[in-house]
Amino acid sequence: MAKSEAGVGGLKYDARRRAWPNELNILLALILIVAAFEILGRLLLGESFLLNTREGVPGLFNEQRLQIIILQVSIVGIIAIGVTQVIITGGIDLSSGSIVGATAMIAMSFAQVALVNGNPNPKAIFMAEGWVDLPVIVPVLVGLGCGLVAGLINGSLIAYTGIPPFIATLGMMVAARGLARWWSKGNPISFPTESYAAIGQGMNPVFIFVALAILFQLILTYTKYGKHCYAIGSNEEAARITGIKVENHKVLVYVIAGILASVAAIVLSSKNLTAQAGMGVMYELDAIAMAVIGGISLAGGRGSIIGTVLGALIFGVIISGFTFLKLDAYYQEMVKGAIIVGAVVLDQWRQRRRSMRA
Amino acid sequence: MSDIILKTEGLTKHYGGVQALEGANFELRKGEHVAIMGDNGAGKSTFVRQITGVEIPSRGKILFLGKEVIFQSPLEAREAGIEAVFQNLALADDLDVPSNLFLGREKIRFNLGPFSILDRKGMRDATRKALEKTAVKIPNLNSTIRHMSGGQRQCVAIARTATFPSKLIIMDEPTAALGVAETAQVENIIRTIKQNGEPLILISHNMRQVFDLVDRIVVFRRGRIAANLKKSETSGEEVVAYITGAKTDPSLSDAA
Repeated sequence: MAKSEAGVGGLKYDARRRAWPNELNILLALILIVAAFEILGRLLLGESFLLNTREGVPGLFNEQRLQIIILQVSIVGIIAIGVTQVIITGGIDLSSGSIVGATAMIAMSFAQVALVNGNPNPKAIFMAEGWVDLPVIVPVLVGLGCGLVAGLINGSLIAYTGIPPFIATLGMMVAARGLARWWSKGNPISFPTESYAAIGQGMNPVFIFVALAILFQLILTYTKYGKHCYAIGSNEEAARITGIKVENHKVLVYVIAGILASVAAIVLSSKNLTAQAGMGVMYELDAIAMAVIGGISLAGGRGSIIGTVLGALIFGVIISGFTFLKLDAYYQEMVKGAIIVGAVVLDQWRQRRRSMRA
Repeated sequence: MSDIILKTEGLTKHYGGVQALEGANFELRKGEHVAIMGDNGAGKSTFVRQITGVEIPSRGKILFLGKEVIFQSPLEAREAGIEAVFQNLALADDLDVPSNLFLGREKIRFNLGPFSILDRKGMRDATRKALEKTAVKIPNLNSTIRHMSGGQRQCVAIARTATFPSKLIIMDEPTAALGVAETAQVENIIRTIKQNGEPLILISHNMRQVFDLVDRIVVFRRGRIAANLKKSETSGEEVVAYITGAKTDPSLSDAA
């Protein structure tokens, strides 16, 4: 017997036929991809992809590989959390990779030590000003401030001049990269203080990524901010008519995306113990790809951080899987491109089917 | 004169060179239901957009409850007590029913500015109550608007206006896309509004509906008010004649 509870107005409503959450499909895809690599690994190399097959090492899984998978996606994943919110409101952010570059350079130059092996730090930017050996809070706040300003410029341009997000953030992408190069005339900035270097060591990037993902998943689900993100992406005109301050909201969304990009920059420069002007190149596209693979509709209005996290894991599994199968890095790029296009095609197809049912 | 709810004087809207609305003088009294009729592009929706704050008029005055008002946004109009059901319904397809009902004025559990925590249960309960009041049948409150029929969507939009206390309700072609049964349901809601003594402006192309529901008919033609007719003193033929321009009212066409 179909168990059905009475809906509002007495219409029968079968709770079991509730919409199947999209996140489950993506989880399924993740499992299938892992299984595919597992099978290919056993067939081609005689090795297991994720299971622990080494003698004398406890544990069911190959923990080392699991760590690598999640560690290598966590920094771009932090960016993807912001990008997800931007896409849900119906926008796009192409500037996050360049914001990573500019923020890393600027934050790092406030995180340098005075002495390296007893000699004055050869790479110190602000040695003359005496801005060396500063407490860790200074570079962190400076870094977050960079992201905030970049996001504020992006958001204001989009909200108040009415130019498409694609153009506004494309401009920021080019300009922020220029700033990153100009900052130290192209030289890398190195030798951070111990406390700054501690931020990105070990599995810290993963913890930061997971904490931010949980925080923003809760914010998107339970707060007014989240509700308005979906409303604006779903029907901007309706959002405006019902009194949502669409412009202010957009500025806030891009500011959050900018700040998250700068968090990624701080973690990355700390992890690498150096900042370079070319840091974060193409990260914006990887972040968008994670969101799209995670089921965030480019049309806006749909998606969740959980989806993006799953998208990031799929991304990480594919990269690790290719390395595991000893395939060339060039193939990785090509397959990555195909997967992004495939995810968008799938999204289009889902949308068409949805509008046919409606 | 204190029973005048809404009055416009010389309300005018230009879009670039296009005069969408020209010198509209309009009055609505307490408890009165008025229909606005007219051909496509006659200025009906433009008129509504001016008095609901969606657009800002090029010229002219709007007096609401005896005070001159300039609504800078739909929110201001709404806060003043004007509730509107728009032609495009102003619903967010990807949100569920409670979210749409409370869009832009969510119930809050903890106030944290933009990051305020929503009172989801409170909104769901209030939605259930509002839908029961309007006898609207929605099988599942948690499903998104996208999955609903035109009638259900319309009913959600109307329930939204009925949920919040208002001093004036405006409906822009509320039954345009509806079937027979759904139209009857919406008309019943409008009758309930009439019984409650709440004033209403109804934009409609449906002559039978207009004669069934309202007290007065205002005809728009080419951006101007072409006629202002009491229902009891006019006929369908006369209204059609004004809509098509076969007949004109000399007292109103002075500016023409």
